[in-house]
Order: sequence, then C-alpha cells, then structure tokens
Amino acid sequence: MKIGVLFSRVRVEEKWLFEALEKRGPDGVSYDRIDDREAKFNLDAPGEWLNYDVVLERSISYGRGLYACQVLNTWGIPTVNTAAVAATCGDKLVTSAALQAAGVPQPNVRVAFTPESALEAIEEMGYPVVLKPVIGSWGRLVARANDREAAEAILEHREALGNYQHQVYYIQEYVHKPNSRDIRAFVVGDETIAAIYRTSSHWITNTARGGVGTNCPVTPELNAICLAAAKAVGGGVLAIDVLETADRGFLINEVNHTMEFHSSVPATGIDIADKVIDYVVEVGKKHDEDGSIPNYKLPVTSAAGAAQ
Amino acid sequence: MATCPECEGALALGGDVQTGEIVVCGDCGVDLEVVGTSPVALALAPHEAEDWGE
Repeated sequence: MKIGVLFSRVRVEEKWLFEALEKRGPDGVSYDRIDDREAKFNLDAPGEWLNYDVVLERSISYGRGLYACQVLNTWGIPTVNTAAVAATCGDKLVTSAALQAAGVPQPNVRVAFTPESALEAIEEMGYPVVLKPVIGSWGRLVARANDREAAEAILEHREALGNYQHQVYYIQEYVHKPNSRDIRAFVVGDETIAAIYRTSSHWITNTARGGVGTNCPVTPELNAICLAAAKAVGGGVLAIDVLETADRGFLINEVNHTMEFHSSVPATGIDIADKVIDYVVEVGKKHDEDGSIPNYKLPVTSAAGAAQ
Repeated sequence: MATCPECEGALALGGDVQTGEIVVCGDCGVDLEVVGTSPVALALAPHEAEDWGE
C-alpha cells in the first residue's frame, strides 16, 4: 500500500505521523511526503497520483487541503479526511448547519449578512455573544462582545476586512465555561480515542493561544456526543471541541478536520498518530477492496460548492 | 552549523532535523524553514495566512 501525506510544514504531529508510517514498512506500507506548495493537478490526467491508495491531508492551509482533496476524491482517490468533510468543518456555519440537521446539541447560532442585521440578531440573542469568522482557526479574529458598543466596534472592523466571508456574521451564544475549561476530544473512525481539558484564564482556551491540556476521561456521554458530531460532519479523523454546561449537558462548539495534537499526546498517553495511521491504512485497504471512498458527498453549501 | 538568512546568525541544529521543519533563529527570532538537510539550508518561513489552522 502506498500512502501520500500532503503537508505544509513538518510539525511535531507530522513527525509522529511519519514515524508511525515508517513503523509499518515491514507490513508493506510505504509513503511519500507531498509538500502542498509543490503539488500540481491536471484534471484530465491524474498520472502518478493514482499510485496512492489513500492520501492523508495535513495542510495547514484550509484552501489547499480542501481543493487537493476535492480533486483527489474526484479521481476516486480516498483522502483522510474527504473534501466533503473538509468543506463542512472548514466553515463554521456549514458545521453548525450539519450539527443542526443531525440534532446534535450546540450553542445557539445566528447568522446575518449586514452589520445592521447582525446587530439586531446580537441584541435579540442578548449579551455577551461571540462573533467568529466562518473561515479561520486558532481563535483568530474570534471576539466576544459584552455590550452594544463592543458589538458595533467589532462589526465595523469586520466590515473593513477584505475577504467577503468576513461579511458573513456568525454569531454564537457565549457559553460560560465552568472551571475555565472546555474539552477537546479526538475521534478516529467510530471511536473517541482520547480527550483533554483545555484550561485557560482567558475565555479562548485554544492551546495555540495558551490553553493548557490535561487528561479528560472519555465518559459514555462524551463519547456519544462526539461520535454524533463526527457523524454529522461526515466522519473520519476529527477533533471535537465540546463545552460543558450546568443545565444543557455537553454542547458541540467546533469540529476540526486537520487536527493538531502535540499537547494531547503527553496529556493523555494515547499515541494519536498511530491510531490515525491505523485508520488511514484501513481506508486505503477498503478502497482497494471495493473502490469506496467513505462519506464522499459534498455538503449542501460550502466553500468548495461556491467555487464550482 | 547553519546561517540565518535574515541576520546571518549561526544556528546549531540537531542531526535529526527534517526538510519542512520550522526553527527559530536565536539571534533575531525570525521563523525559518528547513529547505535542505545535507547540508542544512534555511529560508524565511512563509507568513501565517488567513486560512491556516486546523
């Protein structure tokens, strides 16, 4: 079996993934490192891409990863994750729509397309609210508005930003975090393999922003909602951000499709990279047997869909 | 020993450094990408783009 790993940078996660792949050499698994800056696709002629039984997508760039997977899936080459999953998870509004359609609990979300209607939606929801860009990660440009003045300032700034997606106003209910923490859970296939609490004195708990990871037990309740969230977005290898509430149980905050886990491995003791590669090999084997690409269908609305 | 292309400071990198890895120059603090390993070659790392993340 030959596996392609599409990557942007060799981070700790990629080193661990490469190590896990190299361990499988005696089992007949080989792999290529594919720098996404050098990748080229001729839609009429897949050429050497067809040598891959499966491609693991680890691009830091959402756009590169999404469109590479779109082309590969079109050629019948399975990817982890699929383009459909990337398109769903890479856009917070599409993610929320998928969760809503599947009945998976999440914070209340409102959407508007002008600063005026966004302000009305915010006031109807009540302060504080969280404004998030529909595309983006690492907590970038995520802002909490505690009052009307703050909301107006954020909306004015967003209006001045160039990308049209900043004028899609995704407004999320602010959920108070007990113990100043949330949960990051890792789903691989049909199992929640590990989870961490992310604790921070700041309301944004991303480990990229200073949140500290400690082990979180995967209870049956946590496993159930994480699997439901994973299924809602199309499944695969996913990092699920979960909020704890006193009166509504767990709520799904976000789902990430090219997950980082460098702080989670030491916290949980779980070899996440090894489990990811197990899944990738399984997808490749299944494709070789029956030609299938698991969960290959585009969401109703997505960045990929808009570009077609 | 490798040289920072920004400040010409010297960087001592381990033998297990990999192409595509990001290292930080201890002198000027700039992010550098390893673009070759034998010998080690460094280039300024790309700036974070709006669609970068998980």
